[in-house]
Amino acid sequence: MLAWTIYISFLGVLVLMLLPQGNASAARKIAMLSAVAGLLVALAGFIQAAPEIKLGKIVTVANADWIHSLGIRYDLAADGISLTLVLLTGLAAVAGILFSWNIEHRAKEFFAFYLALIGGVYGVFLSFDLLLLFMFYEIAIVPKYFIIAIWGSTRKEYGAMKLALYSFVGSAMVLVGLIAAYVVSGAHTFNVLELAKYPFPRDFQMWAFPLVFVGFAILAGMWPFHTWAPTGHVAAPTAASMLLAGVVMKLGAYGCLRVAMTLFPEGLEAWKTWVAVLAVIGIVYGAMVALVQKDFKFVIGYSSVSHMGFVLLGLVTLNTIGLSGAVLQMFSHGIIAGLLFAVVGRMVYDRTHTRELSVLAGMNLVKAMPFAAVTFVIAGCASMGLPGFSGFVAELQVLIGAWKAFPTLAVITGIGIVIGVAYTLRAMQKAFFGEAEAQPSEDHDEYHELAPISVPERFGAVMLIGVSLLIGLYPRLLLDVIVPSFNSPLFEWLKKGGAQ
Amino acid sequence: MSYLELLKLAAPETIVVLTALVVLTIDLTSMRGLDTRLRFVIGGMLTCAGCAAAIAWMLVMPAHANALQGMLVVDPLTQLVKIAVLALTIFTVLISIESNFTTHVGEYLALILLATVGMMFLVSAEDILMIFVSLELISLSLYVLAAFNKRYIKSAEAALKYFLFGGMSAAFMLFGLSLLYGLSGSTNLGQIATALAGKELDPLLIVAIVMTVIGFGFKVAAVPFHLWAPDTYQGAPTPSAAFIASGSKVASFFIFAKVMLLGFAGAEGSGAFHAYAAGWVPVIAIVAGLSMILGNVVAIVQSSVKRLLAYSAIAHAGYMLLAVLSHDQQAVASLIYYAVTYGLTTIGAFGVVAVVESGAGDDKLSSFAGLSRRAPVVSLCMMIFMLSLAGIPPLAGFFGKFYVFTEAIKSGAPNLGLLWLVILAIAMSAVSLYYYLQVLKQIYVADATKGTNTQPFLVPWVTQITLAILALGVVLLGCFPGWLVGLIEHAITSSAL
Repeated sequence: MLAWTIYISFLGVLVLMLLPQGNASAARKIAMLSAVAGLLVALAGFIQAAPEIKLGKIVTVANADWIHSLGIRYDLAADGISLTLVLLTGLAAVAGILFSWNIEHRAKEFFAFYLALIGGVYGVFLSFDLLLLFMFYEIAIVPKYFIIAIWGSTRKEYGAMKLALYSFVGSAMVLVGLIAAYVVSGAHTFNVLELAKYPFPRDFQMWAFPLVFVGFAILAGMWPFHTWAPTGHVAAPTAASMLLAGVVMKLGAYGCLRVAMTLFPEGLEAWKTWVAVLAVIGIVYGAMVALVQKDFKFVIGYSSVSHMGFVLLGLVTLNTIGLSGAVLQMFSHGIIAGLLFAVVGRMVYDRTHTRELSVLAGMNLVKAMPFAAVTFVIAGCASMGLPGFSGFVAELQVLIGAWKAFPTLAVITGIGIVIGVAYTLRAMQKAFFGEAEAQPSEDHDEYHELAPISVPERFGAVMLIGVSLLIGLYPRLLLDVIVPSFNSPLFEWLKKGGAQ
Repeated sequence: MSYLELLKLAAPETIVVLTALVVLTIDLTSMRGLDTRLRFVIGGMLTCAGCAAAIAWMLVMPAHANALQGMLVVDPLTQLVKIAVLALTIFTVLISIESNFTTHVGEYLALILLATVGMMFLVSAEDILMIFVSLELISLSLYVLAAFNKRYIKSAEAALKYFLFGGMSAAFMLFGLSLLYGLSGSTNLGQIATALAGKELDPLLIVAIVMTVIGFGFKVAAVPFHLWAPDTYQGAPTPSAAFIASGSKVASFFIFAKVMLLGFAGAEGSGAFHAYAAGWVPVIAIVAGLSMILGNVVAIVQSSVKRLLAYSAIAHAGYMLLAVLSHDQQAVASLIYYAVTYGLTTIGAFGVVAVVESGAGDDKLSSFAGLSRRAPVVSLCMMIFMLSLAGIPPLAGFFGKFYVFTEAIKSGAPNLGLLWLVILAIAMSAVSLYYYLQVLKQIYVADATKGTNTQPFLVPWVTQITLAILALGVVLLGCFPGWLVGLIEHAITSSAL
C-alpha cells in the first residue's frame, strides 16, 4: 500500500510531461491531485501498518528480485521511523503545492520536478535495500538543482550548484562506503537487515562509519558542512525551501540513522562524541549566526541548521528517548520550518519583493498582512519550542537523552535554545512589528497594493499549524510507532553498546 | 576446415561487407542525380537493413567455433559483442541521415560499414596478427570519416591529428606485439600465455606490455595517449565523432581486456595499495587514474560541447580501464555492460549536438541556451544522456559505474586493495556532475541569448525517434540492468573466457 506513494508521485510526473506547454492551471491541479493522493495513501498506510509496528515489527511493503546477479532487491518496508517520515513527506508535499499556487512561469516543468523530488523522498524513506535507498536518494537530489536554478531568486545558480555539488560529494562518500560494505561482508546482498547482522571488522568500521555518516550528514546540514543550506534555502523558491528544510535535510539524518549507525555500531561508538560535539556546535553556531542576519530568509535558513543539530545530537545519544526525540524532531522541524519558509518566501517576499529586515521594519506588515503576522508568531513560538507545539516535545526528549549521554554538551545546548528564542523574537519584531516610519506617500501606495493572502495559503498555514499543535498536544500519535521501532531487530546494536 | 564452413562462421561479417559494396554501388550508379537527403535516407535504410540482417543471422544461427587457431573465434560472447557493435552502428547511421556535411553519401556509409567489419573481426580475434589487421581496418576507415566534412578546415585538422597519432601508436603496438611473438613464438593469445607462464618478468616482456598498452591506450583515448581526442571529436562531423566514441570504443575495450586477460595471464602483478607488485595491472591502474583526473578536470573549462564530450570520453575510458584491471570474468561482464551503455548514451548525446549544430550553427555551450523551450523532446533526451554519463541512478550510467566499481573492489578483496582507485573514480564522478550540469543548465535554465532566433527547432522525426529510443534504452537498461547483465554473464560462462 505505502509503495503507492512513490508510484503516484512518478505517475504525476509522467502525466505532467505529457501535458501541453503553458497550461499552468491544469499543471498545478494535477500536481495537487497527486500530492493529496500521496498524503492519503501515506495516512492510510500509517493506520494500516501501525498495529504491527507497535509490536516492534517491520512491515514489508514490496519485495521483488531486481538485479539478481548482484543480489539487489526491490525491497520496500517500513518501521515507525519510516512511517513518520513518509507522513511528513506527504504533508510537506501538499503544503508546498499550496504555497506555490501562484507559479505561472513554466509551471508544468516546475511541478514535474517537484513531484519527481517527492517520489524520490518517499522512496528513500521506504527502502530497506541500501542500493535502492541510494538510488532514490540521488533521484531526490537532481530535481532540486533545477527547481532552484530555474525558479529561484537571490544568486540562484550559485546556490543551486553549491547544493548539487555538496549533495553529490556526500553521496559519493556514501557510495564508497556502501560498495565497500557489500564486498567486505561478502553477503551478496544490500538488505539492511542482513548487512546489519554482519560484524564488520573494527578497522573497517573506524573509517567506514565517518565516511558514510558524514556523507549523509552533509545533507542534514551538519556543521561544518552546512554552508550549502542557508544559500540553498535563500535561493530556492518557496516550495523548494519548504521541501529542502522540510524533508530533504531529513533524508540526510535518516540516512545517518538507517545506514551509517545501523551498519557500523562500533564505529559509531568510537566517533559518537565527535558527532555530538559537531551537532552542538551546529546548534549554537546556527542560532548565533541567525541572530545577526539582515535577510529574513537567511534567519530561517540558519535556524534550520540549528534545529537539525538537535536531530544529530539526538541520534548519537544512543538511548531510546534521545533517538525517538530525534525522529520526532525531524517531523516537527519539517512542519515548522515549512511554515516559516512559507511565511517568509510566499506571504512576505512575493508581495513586498524584499527580505531585508530593515526595509520590512518600515512597512508595518502587521497591519498590512495580519494573517501573515499571526502565522509567523505562531510558527515562531513553535520554532522556539513553546510547550503545546511539536518542537517542545521533540527538543525536550533530545535534551533528556543528551543529558544522560553527554551532560556537558546538554548544558551548552541550553545556550543554543536561549539564542533561538532571541533570534526568532528579533526577526518577528523587525519583520512584522517594526515602527512605521513617517513614510513617503509612494511607499504608502505600495503598502495598499499588497495582495491579500490567498485561500490556498490560508489553508496551508492552518494545516501545518494544526499538525504541529496536534503532535505537540498528543505526541503519542507518533511516539507510539517510533519508540517500538527501536526494539526491532535493526536496533540490536542499541541494546549492546548504546545504553549509556 | 572447408571454405564453406569458414564462410558460414564469417557470415555476419560477409553480410556487412556486401552491404557496404551494395550501398556504394547503388549510390554511385543510380542515385547520382537525386537529392542528398533522399540519398542519405535510401542509403541509410540499406545500411541499417544490412546490419540488422547480420544481427538476425547471429541470433538465428548461434555458432561456437574457433577457426584457424584463434583467427576467428565465434562463440556466444563474441557474438553478443558483435551484436552490440552492429546496434551502435545502426544508431550512428540513424543520426547521420539528416546531416548535410557531405554529398558523398555512398562513400560515407560504406566507410562506416567497413569500420564495422573491422570491429567485428577484431572482436572475434584471439590472434595478435588478426588483431592488428582489424585495428588498422577500423583506424583507416575512421581517419577518413573524421575528414569527411571537406568544407570545414577543422575536419581536416581533426583527421590529420587522428592519423598521425594513430599511425604512431600503431607502430608502438606492432613493436610490442612483435616482441611478444619473439618471446613466445606464437601469435595466438592462449599459446602466448602458456609460453610466458612461469617466466620472470623480464625487461623484454615489460617493454612488450608497455608498448601494447600504449597502442590500446590510443584507441580508447586514455591519458597520456589522449591528445588526439579533443581535436578529433570537435573537428570531425558529429556522426563520425559519435561513431569513434561508441562502436570503436566497445570493440577496442573488449579486445584490450582480452589481450590483457588471455595474453598476459600470469603477468598481472598488483596495483593494490601498499601491496604493489610489478605487472600490467599497476601500469593500467596509473593510466586509469590519470585518465579520470585529467578528463574530468579539463572538461570543466570547455565551451564546446563536442570537446566537453571528448574529455568526458577520456574520463569514461578511465572508469572502463578499472574493469580491465580487475581481470576476472565478472569484471569483463561489467566492462561490456559499461561500454555498451556508454556507447548508446554517447551516440545520443552527439545526436543532440548534431540537432543543435544544424539549428544554431555551432556546438558552443551558449548555443544550447533555452533549448528546452525550442525542442522539448530533444532536451529531455539530452537530460537523460547527461545524467546517465554523470552516473545518476536509475540510469544505465549509474549501474555501469556501480558494477565496475564493485568488481574492482572485489578483485582486491579481502583487503580492498584497489579501493584507492575506486575512491578516486567516485570522487571524480562527483566532479563530472559539475560540467554535465553546465550543459543542462544552458538547456533548462538559461534563456536563449538575445538577438538569436528563438523559434522552435524543426527536428526531423527520424532524429527525434532515434534519440527517444536511445533515451528510453538508457532508462530501461538502468532500471532493469539484470536483463543485459544476465545475457552477458550467460555468454561469458558458455564461452569459457
